[in-house]
Amino acid sequence: MNAIHLFYEVSGDDFARAGEASGDVKQKLKSLGYDKTAIRNAAIAMYEGEINMVIHAGGGVIDVDIYPEKIEIKMEDKGPGIPDLDMAMQEGFSTAPPQIHDLGFGAGMGLPNIKKYTDKMHIDTELGVGTTVYMTVNANK
Amino acid sequence: MTVAQLAEQFNLKLLAGEQGTNCEFTGCYVGDLLSWVMGRAKSGDIWLTVMGNINAIAVASLADIACIVLTENAALDDDAKAKADTLGIPIYITEESSFHTAMKIGQLL
Repeated sequence: MNAIHLFYEVSGDDFARAGEASGDVKQKLKSLGYDKTAIRNAAIAMYEGEINMVIHAGGGVIDVDIYPEKIEIKMEDKGPGIPDLDMAMQEGFSTAPPQIHDLGFGAGMGLPNIKKYTDKMHIDTELGVGTTVYMTVNANK
Repeated sequence: MTVAQLAEQFNLKLLAGEQGTNCEFTGCYVGDLLSWVMGRAKSGDIWLTVMGNINAIAVASLADIACIVLTENAALDDDAKAKADTLGIPIYITEESSFHTAMKIGQLL
């Protein structure tokens, strides 16, 4: 069976709209009849990715491929890149600016949450070029 | 027990998301850092927080939170209210602290 492909653009510095793409994917997965846990996992992981794009990278693009047995999400930005990926993967480590904390973000849980809620995760990052986060959530339809 | 029954028992005031008030809750989580909540709260939890912005509504929706209770009369932003109404995420408000509200909910679970 062919995958269902979805594409989204995330604009930078627009926290009010962050979550629209993941919300849309959640609705589509629901209507396609995927299991609740897989839907929740994919939605949370993707939302964390969206927030990261808005905070750190001035936005980016998202490709979602929905297969019967898995959901693949590719989140690509042209931001500054991640200098120390091992540090960034640690819970509580954050480089988000102070004003982000007032919004309730910047807890240093973004990438750790993506890892927690996905079955596979891979990050390509290059300083000054950008970051691409690949995620796979296994699913049962 | 449904969210609406809890609200009646504890005299919580509904601010938004009335269409979601008949859902059952199964637990409770307290926290104000959004990603922390997404990482730890469980589906069906009542979420006690002072974060009444639009991002909190997105978190509640994506994480299948049963309802948000804004404690100590924390404010709900206008755009957050509109989003909660659209998504059917019940938002309540109470003058009590998160600690006292959690204690009372804990006795029901």
